[in-house]
Amino acid sequence: MEYFAIIIGAIFVNNVVLAQFLGICPFLGVSSKVETSMGMGAAVTFVMALSSVVVWLIQEYILIPLGIEFMQTIVFILVIAALVQMVEIVLKKVSPALYQALGIFLPLITTNCAVLGVALLMVQKEYGLIEGLVYSVSTAVGFAVALVLFAGMRERLEFEEVPKAFEGVPIALITAALLAMAFMGFSGLV
Amino acid sequence: MKGIIKENPTFVLVLGMCPTLGTTTSAINGLGMGVATMAVLIMSNAVIAMIKNLIPDKVRIPAFIVVIASFVTVIDMLMQAFVPSLYAALGVFIPLIVVNCIILGRAEAFASKNGILDSALDGVGIGLGFTLSLTTIGAVREILGSGSIFGISLGIADYMPLVFVLAPGAFLVLGFLMVLFNKYLKK
Repeated sequence: MEYFAIIIGAIFVNNVVLAQFLGICPFLGVSSKVETSMGMGAAVTFVMALSSVVVWLIQEYILIPLGIEFMQTIVFILVIAALVQMVEIVLKKVSPALYQALGIFLPLITTNCAVLGVALLMVQKEYGLIEGLVYSVSTAVGFAVALVLFAGMRERLEFEEVPKAFEGVPIALITAALLAMAFMGFSGLV
Repeated sequence: MKGIIKENPTFVLVLGMCPTLGTTTSAINGLGMGVATMAVLIMSNAVIAMIKNLIPDKVRIPAFIVVIASFVTVIDMLMQAFVPSLYAALGVFIPLIVVNCIILGRAEAFASKNGILDSALDGVGIGLGFTLSLTTIGAVREILGSGSIFGISLGIADYMPLVFVLAPGAFLVLGFLMVLFNKYLKK
């Protein structure tokens, strides 16, 4: 039941993009096609799951025993950067097509604040290892859900005529506002 | 000084969107976030300009990130000590200054090619642009959502839709401000 609450909370109620504003850059950047946004969602899920485990172990067995929790930010960002590099190398070998599609956005996962944000929030909430893993995977799923939904809307939007000043990012933001409003319907669920 | 309008990081370059949307629930929060980011940006730009010749080209991005993260840690501790209420309001977005694309972007695009003073000034310009945008968005959301400005009540709070200080309001206000910016300021 506890895990269920974490999962629903992270995917719908406190959706990482639409309620917590983490990972907005890829949300606006990659989300013009449903396919690429699925790939991005998968990449982020993978990196987040991996990084949450590594970060948890580092926090518990290195930072806390040494009493240097203030080094959190520096250590976490380096761990995430290294992990992303690894995922990039693996993906290049295993699935060149996906690697091509994600292109520039893969190294950008490093600066995807959702990954670092989740690591920091997980530590802040004092989750155990399994809870932390569940939390970060469901957050990533929430990210993917928002991304794919938004991509679907933007694909339609491309064929619509909008006033010149609204073209591009502004109309995307207004669309996102409507999506965020829809997600507000989930509040109070958990 | 082109950071304020011509290369405004928020409205023109569309960088650093997470803190822009996440922290602008009031004018004060937006201002605080802008100033914190500006401080990190100026210091990291200056230091990176200083050490740019010592860093091998291949590891420059990790090196930049370490410099930025160190300054963010300093700012984080300073804010926790001196402005605890603002620190609590901004929450996780303070350590997340590390991954603000504006800072890494300026390090890569400007500080790694220019002198110390120029880089610091670039930090001031871009930082001011960012602070100004954040304060504007914060002020608009505060007026529309909670009927006050910089925490001073305008006595109209009862008539204001709360949605503007909630998540959808952030997207909506930024979207419409960007439209106005495109229409009247961008040449």
